[in-house]
Amino acid sequence: MNDKRYKIAHREALIGIALVIINFAIWFGFAYGLGSGDPKKYSYVFGFPAWFFYSCIAGTIFMIILLIIVIKFFFKDVSFDTEEDGDER
Amino acid sequence: MIHWQVIIPLILFLVIIFLIGMWANKHVMQSDSFLQEYFLGGRQMGGFLLAMTMMATYGSASSFIGGPGVAYNTGLGWVLLSMAQLPAGYYVLMVLGKKFAIIARKYKAITLIDFLRERYQSNFVVIVSALSIIIFLFSSMAAQWIGGARLIESLTGLHYTTALFIFAIVVLVYVIVGGFRAVALTDAVQGSVMFLGSVILLIGTIIAGGGVSNIMADLVAENPKLVSPFGADGSLTPLYVSTFWILIGIGVIGLPQIAVRAMSYKNSASMHSAIIIGTIALGTVMFGMHLTGVFARPVLPGVEIGDKVMPLLTLKVLPPFLAGVVLAAPMAAIMSTVNALLILVSSTIVKDIYLNFIKPQANDHEIKKLSFFVTTLIGAAVVIVALKPPDLLVWLNLFSFGGLESVFVWPVVLGLYWKKGNKYGAVSSMLVGLISYILIYEKWKTTFLGMHTVTTSIILSLITYVTISLMTHHRFKNFKHII
Repeated sequence: MNDKRYKIAHREALIGIALVIINFAIWFGFAYGLGSGDPKKYSYVFGFPAWFFYSCIAGTIFMIILLIIVIKFFFKDVSFDTEEDGDER
Repeated sequence: MIHWQVIIPLILFLVIIFLIGMWANKHVMQSDSFLQEYFLGGRQMGGFLLAMTMMATYGSASSFIGGPGVAYNTGLGWVLLSMAQLPAGYYVLMVLGKKFAIIARKYKAITLIDFLRERYQSNFVVIVSALSIIIFLFSSMAAQWIGGARLIESLTGLHYTTALFIFAIVVLVYVIVGGFRAVALTDAVQGSVMFLGSVILLIGTIIAGGGVSNIMADLVAENPKLVSPFGADGSLTPLYVSTFWILIGIGVIGLPQIAVRAMSYKNSASMHSAIIIGTIALGTVMFGMHLTGVFARPVLPGVEIGDKVMPLLTLKVLPPFLAGVVLAAPMAAIMSTVNALLILVSSTIVKDIYLNFIKPQANDHEIKKLSFFVTTLIGAAVVIVALKPPDLLVWLNLFSFGGLESVFVWPVVLGLYWKKGNKYGAVSSMLVGLISYILIYEKWKTTFLGMHTVTTSIILSLITYVTISLMTHHRFKNFKHII
């Protein structure tokens, strides 16, 4: 059977997967992209090594902002009541 | 030896937790659907509560005691690794998401196993799931319990046994009388204490170390690798770190104590705000505690036992009263994990085993008596085991999380989204996941072919689920799906 709400739910689950991939790319990319050289020659941002700042601090803040935007604009309110679809078990 | 200024905030904290449990008991006694109220809080959780209970259940002794200790010895690479946990704040709620919330209501599911039973229509799935939950979560509960008692012992100077009883009585009383609602409400308090504690301690440590730049310079002077993503001994390779992500990113959905929360919230608005609040809270706690562990190195050099870094640091860098508040945080983390596991194991025995197989027609009064009794019994059993932990328990606890993830992740996720998934696929993938994880872990510990061990068994269980389901698909032509 097809519940109309599933379409919304499926789309949001896919958004979740997309977010996790973005999160991984930022976290992993900055860490090993900027951090693979000689630790003595690191550049520093606000006192932290650049790889750490971008991967763990800026990356986290970016993800939180992205989450707020995604939730606000792409996530829909649906009712969880079972009566809606007339398929009460 | 006993610092009263440190202990008073701790006692205050315990009293508040205790009162919440008593208050929640009113709901339990008045509810017209005892099972749903006691094991799921009546599906009434709002956004803040949901966020906090997810975060607090997830953050355990290892986030506050063990983790910072490892970070102390490994450096910033360990903070990087700990930040792999950020997705746990949003991923579970998004991927299980509304579909899980809707279907759990259609199935009238109260436990994760209810969902699996209705979805796969198989008693065998129920038995394998119930046994994995009882065995693994009982042992990890005991391990947390031991951690809690050790913490009280080290902070107050009380004897281990006395500390264990104090800890046990507080937790047991509020969980037994208040059920899931008490668990969630106390989680909100405990989660807030964890959040505040980690922020206060990080700030205190940065001040004590003379600022971030100063601390970094000290770390580089000692060993430059402490500030690299590879860790002090170079063991954190990109392959290991990226596959570790799987343990957290994909696997965390398979933890029953987390998944059950994804069907306990009130409406979609609570889920939306929980995603944001939960991610911020989880990110702050994980980042704060692990970075503090690294920063502790120049501030408090020469600590040999990793687990002592956090308590010793707190007492050194903070004034006594604040130290008490911060030291309540690991206690909160331990309690909020233990209480979730206790109510979950109890629901597995009462709902999934007793009401399924032994006496399906039990009336509300019997169920109520049985639930209180079973919860008490499990609690008492954990205490007895924690007095003198047997080797088997220590061994089981080693792979409780990875094991549960390998067992549950695919039967839950694919059961929710893939119509062709069936009971044969589910049972075989559970067994393959479980057995492969234990075998690989026994031989290679946490690193297998350079990857985190859990990766292999999660991939194996996925392959098994899909292959077996496709092979047996023709038997289920007339199966009426509601997914």
